[in-house]
Amino acid sequence: MQASTVNIDFFVILATLLFVIGAFGVMIRRNMIVLLMCIELMLNSVNLLLVAFSTYYGNADAQIFVFFIVVVAAAEATVGLSILILAYRHLRSIDVSIFNKLKG
Amino acid sequence: MSVSILLITLLSLPLTGALINGLFGKQFPKVVSGSIGTIAVGIAFAVVLGLFGQIHEPVKVNLFQLIHFDGFNINASFLIDQLSIWMALIITGIGTLIHLFSMGYMSHDEGYYKFFTYLNLFIFAMLLLVLGSNYFILFFGWEGVGICSFLLIGFHYSDPIKGVSNSLAARKAFVMNRIGDAGLVFAAFMLLNTFHTLEFDQIAKALHEGTIAGVSLNSALIVGITLCLFLAATGKSAQIPLFTWLPDAMAGPTPVSALIHAATMVTAGIYMVTRSNFLFELAPMAKDIMLYIGMATSLVAAFMALRQNDIKKVLAYSTVSQLGLMVVALGLGAYTVAIFHVTTHAFFKALLFLGSGSVIHGMSDEQDIRMMGGLRKIMPITHLTFLIGTLAIAGFPLLSGFYSKDEIIGHLYAENPVLYGVIMFSIVLTAIYMFRLYFLTFHGNFRGTEHQRSHAHESPLTMTLPLMVLAVLSVFGGLLNLPGLFIHDGAHWLTHYLNGAPGLGLIEHPEASVNSTLLLMGVASGVSIAVLIWGYLNYVKNGSLAKSDDQLQGWELLSANKLYWDEIYNTIFVKPAEHIGTFFNQVIEQKLLTPGIFALASLTDKAGNQVRKLQTGLVSSYLFWMVLGIIMLIVFYLINTISWN
Repeated sequence: MQASTVNIDFFVILATLLFVIGAFGVMIRRNMIVLLMCIELMLNSVNLLLVAFSTYYGNADAQIFVFFIVVVAAAEATVGLSILILAYRHLRSIDVSIFNKLKG
Repeated sequence: MSVSILLITLLSLPLTGALINGLFGKQFPKVVSGSIGTIAVGIAFAVVLGLFGQIHEPVKVNLFQLIHFDGFNINASFLIDQLSIWMALIITGIGTLIHLFSMGYMSHDEGYYKFFTYLNLFIFAMLLLVLGSNYFILFFGWEGVGICSFLLIGFHYSDPIKGVSNSLAARKAFVMNRIGDAGLVFAAFMLLNTFHTLEFDQIAKALHEGTIAGVSLNSALIVGITLCLFLAATGKSAQIPLFTWLPDAMAGPTPVSALIHAATMVTAGIYMVTRSNFLFELAPMAKDIMLYIGMATSLVAAFMALRQNDIKKVLAYSTVSQLGLMVVALGLGAYTVAIFHVTTHAFFKALLFLGSGSVIHGMSDEQDIRMMGGLRKIMPITHLTFLIGTLAIAGFPLLSGFYSKDEIIGHLYAENPVLYGVIMFSIVLTAIYMFRLYFLTFHGNFRGTEHQRSHAHESPLTMTLPLMVLAVLSVFGGLLNLPGLFIHDGAHWLTHYLNGAPGLGLIEHPEASVNSTLLLMGVASGVSIAVLIWGYLNYVKNGSLAKSDDQLQGWELLSANKLYWDEIYNTIFVKPAEHIGTFFNQVIEQKLLTPGIFALASLTDKAGNQVRKLQTGLVSSYLFWMVLGIIMLIVFYLINTISWN
């Protein structure tokens, strides 16, 4: 495979941006679907970083790894969405601020 | 058989008995647990007899190492010599008789198996005490007999009427003994510091070579050590100032009073001082203190016994008084004489206590001699044996007490005729209160209740058999150590025998001349016979009775109230201690500590309440804090890296 012509720095900055957007989204948004999307965003920013460095170092291991992560993430998203649907049926809402039973 | 096997057998017999009865005794019928206890001690007695026949030279048996430090070792080692064998003979011999007696005496008791467990445990601890070859093993046994004494004094702690006072008596004995034990611990520390060993023979050897710095005749170190040892002896052997526990210890069952508080345990102090003779011989000052303390104790206790009305209390004070006599002998350096008196005293005092136990048993647990009288017809065997015991302790000619007391006053007379007079006075008092006790109990008219009269009976054979054996021993016990006046060959057999023990054969005594010995014996016999006649005339012919408490006057009040000794101790020690305790409770505890601790607790409580609010239950806020933490870590890492570069 040809070495990438794009500077690795851009990948790092993009991944960091995606991660920070995701993290902030989790912190400030209340909608559970948005929350799940934000988590996916953070996960995929890491995936992106993995693939970028894999190409950069000319080692394909991480790319295979990422396939697995995508598969597991899909399963995880399924579980998350199922929980979301059940929670909606139960509470008629997908606002996470309602889930505060752990309050001390 | 080899000595070490005999020794292990000897020690394990009573221990096994105690373990069997202690662990499984509840399931056994009474006769089984009683038999186990009695037979264990009986076989132990046979083993000691075997050792007695076999040992002619001191033998040291080292079983195993207990404690090992750089500078010194402490071994579980045992010294089997004439002194320890003789003590073991008394302990197991008298012990067997008293176990046998207890089988009858305790027959109506709930805690039968428990009683035999404690008794066997006591025998084990006492054997450790006399057989140990160093102060550590001695101390181990010393504490062992102390705990058994405590358990047995408070044996009837759940009695609805006397339970509390029994427990208090046990506690008093425990505390008083603890004061004395501190002396033994201090002495052991000083010995360890000076000699780097606790073995008797090694200390004696070092003293003999005279190479230890700071150790010489009457040097402060030796006097300190010996006085600490003597303090321990005053606790265990009930001397002034720590004797007050022994009369209270009569709260225990009567066989216990006979075995522990008359015949064996209270002589532990006498044994310990005798064993430490190599130290005391270097401290004449400590010996003088012993002499005077013993004399004061003998006199004070004899005085207190004059107007006691509890049959066991009289005997208790008499025990204290006789122990005082033994301590006088120790103070004179006449160790073998002290052991001789320990022996005869064990015979006749065990006899008297068991006799009183037989009386109490027959009188439906009545102990007040004002409620007795005329028992000689109802209890002929008890009466006869009690009479023998009384005569023996009163120094009636040719009975055992006569010889042993005569040896003590003989030595005292040779040393100091004035002190002889004082002790003679105490001996007269002994005869007076003993004959008073005897005549009031067994002569005159029956003064008890109708119920007691109809139930009064002679005790069963298990109780009278020990009485008869002890009576024979009380009569002939003096033959063990006949003065040279009577026979030429075999005189002073016990002294010669005990002189085989380390150190005892080296001590020289001024012997009283034949004439003065005869004179002293004559005076002693005359006194005891005179008191006997006085007692007969006063109590039988004139029918004098013990006065009731409100008729007492002058010295009688002092005697009946034990010279207010307990009250004085209460005022000087107990009350201030209570005041200090109250002060600490009400001021330090309640005003300082409790509010302080509560303030600390409420501080954490309030802080926790504030911190609790951080736990919102919202995952996003947790995440926020987490990210904040990560950022701070990164910032911290960056600052660190930059500043290092």
